[in-house]
Amino acid sequence: MTIAAPSFEWLELSPLLIVLVGACIGVLFEAVLPRRWRFNAQLALLVVTLVAAFAMLLVNWGNGATGLLAMGSVTLDGPAYIAWGALLVFGLLSILVFAERQLDNGATAFAAAASSVPGSNLEADASAARLEHSEVYPLALFSLAGMMVFAASNDLLTMFVALEVMSLPLYLMSAMARRRRLLSQEAGLKYFLLGAFSSAFFLFGMALLYGYAGSFELRAIDAAITAPTYGPGILYTGMAMLAVGVLFKIGAVPFHSWIPDVYVGAPTPVTGFMAICTKLAAVAGGARVFFVALGAERWAWQPVLAVIAVLTMAVGAVLALTQTDIKRMLAYSSVAHAGFLLVAIVGALSEVPGGQVNSVGAIMFYLIAYGFAVVAAFAILTMVRGNAGEVNTLAGWSGLGRSNPVLAGIFAFLMLSFAGIPLTGGFIGKWAVFSAAWRGGYAWLVLAAVVFSLVAAYFYIRVIVVMFFGEPNRSVVVGRASGMTWVPVAVGAAASVYLGLIPGPLLDLLAQAEVFLR
Amino acid sequence: MTTENLLILAAVIFTIGAVGVMLRRNALVAFMSVELMLNAANLAMVAFALARGGLDGQVASFFVMVVAAAEVVVGLSIIMTIFRTRRSTSVDAASLLKL
Repeated sequence: MTIAAPSFEWLELSPLLIVLVGACIGVLFEAVLPRRWRFNAQLALLVVTLVAAFAMLLVNWGNGATGLLAMGSVTLDGPAYIAWGALLVFGLLSILVFAERQLDNGATAFAAAASSVPGSNLEADASAARLEHSEVYPLALFSLAGMMVFAASNDLLTMFVALEVMSLPLYLMSAMARRRRLLSQEAGLKYFLLGAFSSAFFLFGMALLYGYAGSFELRAIDAAITAPTYGPGILYTGMAMLAVGVLFKIGAVPFHSWIPDVYVGAPTPVTGFMAICTKLAAVAGGARVFFVALGAERWAWQPVLAVIAVLTMAVGAVLALTQTDIKRMLAYSSVAHAGFLLVAIVGALSEVPGGQVNSVGAIMFYLIAYGFAVVAAFAILTMVRGNAGEVNTLAGWSGLGRSNPVLAGIFAFLMLSFAGIPLTGGFIGKWAVFSAAWRGGYAWLVLAAVVFSLVAAYFYIRVIVVMFFGEPNRSVVVGRASGMTWVPVAVGAAASVYLGLIPGPLLDLLAQAEVFLR
Repeated sequence: MTTENLLILAAVIFTIGAVGVMLRRNALVAFMSVELMLNAANLAMVAFALARGGLDGQVASFFVMVVAAAEVVVGLSIIMTIFRTRRSTSVDAASLLKL
């Protein structure tokens, strides 16, 4: 038996390969470079890698390259282009915040020696020697590469491997905070155990779908559903278990319980990274599975997802109301936003009038608008500080609008964008996803979503009221951050304004690139 | 053994693993239960490969083994760090982050 050499489309896959190679070079840097050079070298490598990957993505887009790549395991189609581009941009912006060293006396937000016991001499020595883990940059790049594959994979096995590649570095990074290390380690443990648990469900669901279709390929599963050889029992069980894994990563109720704990415990720059990049990859990959592989069975999953969407919006919005910690509030708000995104997934595959985006385009616009706001909001969270590091309590932020009107003004604008007030990017995103569900015949779902957006608006606006009308808190200062934090804040805020005022160009782009290749 | 028996065995092992994760309080045992679930999925895939006559399922089980090995490295390092900090691997003791 001869085995033919696999074909490999180097040029088309180059954005992905560049990120992976960059991550590997980063690991090499850790091994060979002297300690004092590593930080700058890793940072330079990070920027070069992500910019080069984005440039190659544009080249491929210019060439109109689409199709199945790497022996049919990766699909390069419109949604994959958009997801890759968005992941590279948000990855660059949120990983830049990792490199902020001015806020905490020349140290990053990561532990000097993550393996040292908190409060031990080893930890004190490591801090005094100004050690730092520059491994976080290659870890983040590996995670980003996993997300890119997850959003574009064409078979379930590739998807499972990508799921793990994107998750494993995140588990580690969540456990590496410099301040409040017990909380951070606990967050890492919870994230790891629950993440491994959910990926086991994903894997078993994938095994069942393989048994049903005889192949891991998404199109083969679709073909098996249209011309079934087995009864639907194994299909429904497999579909449900696969959905558990995907919904866990998206952060939908009832698989959301990790989100508040991990978002609060992880170092804030890492929270910003996973708040947008993980969610974007999971939603893009999940939409691909549901639309391409299980699209023919949508009458089975649409009602279930509709119920989950309502629960997710309700739990996210109502529990966010009761929070007194801004980071935790943003975590619950991220759950609520997952619900709004599910609303659009439920409205799948409906007929689209000319000149408007379909369900996938709406999801992508929502994610991009939400992503810019999230990146900027978490970067701002790192800047508001007291004696013991960041101050995330709502009481601590009281009166921030009087002492730091610019920062508080930007944060207030981002809150309005999250709430979906007109003239912000968030409003157009909400409009797009709600109209997608409306066209899909889920008017009641849109109505529920509008009600929960109103509930959600209350707690966003509460932050603004506290910032501008509360008594100033004297123990809280805004740190003098470097460009590593200010660039993401400025870009995120500017993009939120731009997408709110002039959404046309992005919507036109998405309308060209919203059809999954089957 | 027929495919059906193999699948029933896989489902039983998967259930034992899932129940173990939810009931056991030791992080290491919970983690071992997750590995049990992964292996149940491997068994199911190999059984389906037998029934379907293809090699995909068998190859996939090797991928899963590699992924599981990587997961062990990350998981044990996190559990070890927690153990050194707290002298305990009970998941109930890790409760600082509750509301």
